[in-house]
Amino acid sequence: MKKTSIFIVLFISYISYSAWVYTDGTNTASVMSLQQQAGKNIYQKNNCTSCHQLFGMGGFLGPELTTVISDKNRGPLYARTFLQYGGARMPNFHFSKEEIDEVIAFLEYVDTNASTYKNNK
Amino acid sequence: MDHKKLGSLFIVLGLSSLLLGLFFGSIGGLQYILPPFLKEQLSFQKTRPLHVYLVINFIFSTAAGCIYYFLPTASGKKLYSLKLGIIQFSIQVFILLIIVSFFFAGKFSGREYLEFPPWISLIILGSWILFMINFFKTIPLSFNHVPVYIWSWSTGLIFYFITMTEAHLWLLPYFNNNIVRDLTVQWKALGSMVGSWNMLVYGTSMFVMESISGDKKINQSKTAFFFYFLGLTNLMFNWGHHTYIVPSSPIVKEVSFIISMTELLILGKIIYNFRKSYIEAKLKFHHLPFRLLSFSDGWIFLNLLLAITISVPAINLYTHGTHITVAHAMGATIGINTMLLLGSVFFILDELNESLMEKLKKYFGFSIVLLNISLVIFWISLIGSGIAKSVDMQQKNFFAVIMDHLQPYFRVFTFSGIAVMLALFLTIIPIFKTFSKFILSKEK
Repeated sequence: MKKTSIFIVLFISYISYSAWVYTDGTNTASVMSLQQQAGKNIYQKNNCTSCHQLFGMGGFLGPELTTVISDKNRGPLYARTFLQYGGARMPNFHFSKEEIDEVIAFLEYVDTNASTYKNNK
Repeated sequence: MDHKKLGSLFIVLGLSSLLLGLFFGSIGGLQYILPPFLKEQLSFQKTRPLHVYLVINFIFSTAAGCIYYFLPTASGKKLYSLKLGIIQFSIQVFILLIIVSFFFAGKFSGREYLEFPPWISLIILGSWILFMINFFKTIPLSFNHVPVYIWSWSTGLIFYFITMTEAHLWLLPYFNNNIVRDLTVQWKALGSMVGSWNMLVYGTSMFVMESISGDKKINQSKTAFFFYFLGLTNLMFNWGHHTYIVPSSPIVKEVSFIISMTELLILGKIIYNFRKSYIEAKLKFHHLPFRLLSFSDGWIFLNLLLAITISVPAINLYTHGTHITVAHAMGATIGINTMLLLGSVFFILDELNESLMEKLKKYFGFSIVLLNISLVIFWISLIGSGIAKSVDMQQKNFFAVIMDHLQPYFRVFTFSGIAVMLALFLTIIPIFKTFSKFILSKEK
């Protein structure tokens, strides 16, 4: 009985904590525009996360992209060039201009919301 | 067909997934040191998900196999339905083929660890429900006096279902269109999902330990349940150390940090028990399942040390986004889970063909030592690569320069990774033969 009670208390805490995480705990970013959403879809469909990270999530073969847009050494042109031609490790995905614009818009959105990341840097 | 043969089928499926997963992992490693290698035909965009999915499938399938094999003995009841188990197995084979084909064809959901199209998850969840029905209908109705491994298996089954569902909340615009919510929930689901498979694997090892020692009290003891509940608390709340860099509420990080530090208790227990474990290991080292469980103890110690270290926010700041995170994942999946699962598999093999196991003892002893030595080198090189990258990042070097500096580490982790694969091939091939003979035999 005691063990079952401990389990139930923990489980209720887990459910309550999850509900808080889904709402107030993560209510800290702006909502994406349609163009940014389209960019995110392209990012996911091409499994960019295999090589690139956003907020630490993803692979390490390519550079971390959370602040690629505001980074003085990189910026939107740098990102655009790789999206258009690929690189030594990155295949050429043959994106259209519209698709590249959408991915850049998504990366801009990510960058704008990377406050903790920039402060830590 | 009986529950033992059904379990063996799952184990063969799991071990095949592991070998395939390691093969694709090795190709991925080579792509670190030879960037043009298969870049257009089988790029890292495909090799990484193939590696990750197949290795995760190894853990779930092998754990499911061990549970099916042990469950009637553990619960003292006949397996509820062999048919359900066979249907679950057939679905899992089907899912594996579909996912691998989709990855080869370049069809992705683009979600970390669950990169296959989301509709496949519905089939996975369906097959999991069959597993849950079979399990919960087989175990006793009351949980009050059951051993800790029944709790552990039950928790793993329930939480895999919950976290797999949670990992798909991104399909709702409310989650998908807010990057902070999306990433936080994704880390939350995946972090707890790892906890769920750990529960399945640890439960299996606890059953094996009990069977080896013949002492049924250990899995009913207060200490066993204390560590079970500690593990459960970590499963539920520890995931946040992955999100220190995500701008969610600071409370998420604080909760995670406090919970992560409770792992110090586990570390303390390992150190406290070190002398006893060492003497016991020396006495029983000839017994292969025990030897594998002893190696996993070492890996638990190393991995906990690393996990606690990277849970400290001031250190996490430098280690996130480096191969130190990969070292943590590899130490856990290969070092801990693979040793524990192989320990259980060897325990089963001892039962199936004791004379053959006796004959091959030296051979397995060699392959297991080779596996652990290669894995230590692999693990250290990943940490070395992480530290070197972190230093380079502080110096604000360009990515290409960083990758160039890291080449020596990449070479070591690629070649030691290939050695890990070879050691596991050497270990697993004779296991296949024994299981195939058993599955095809007419005896019950």
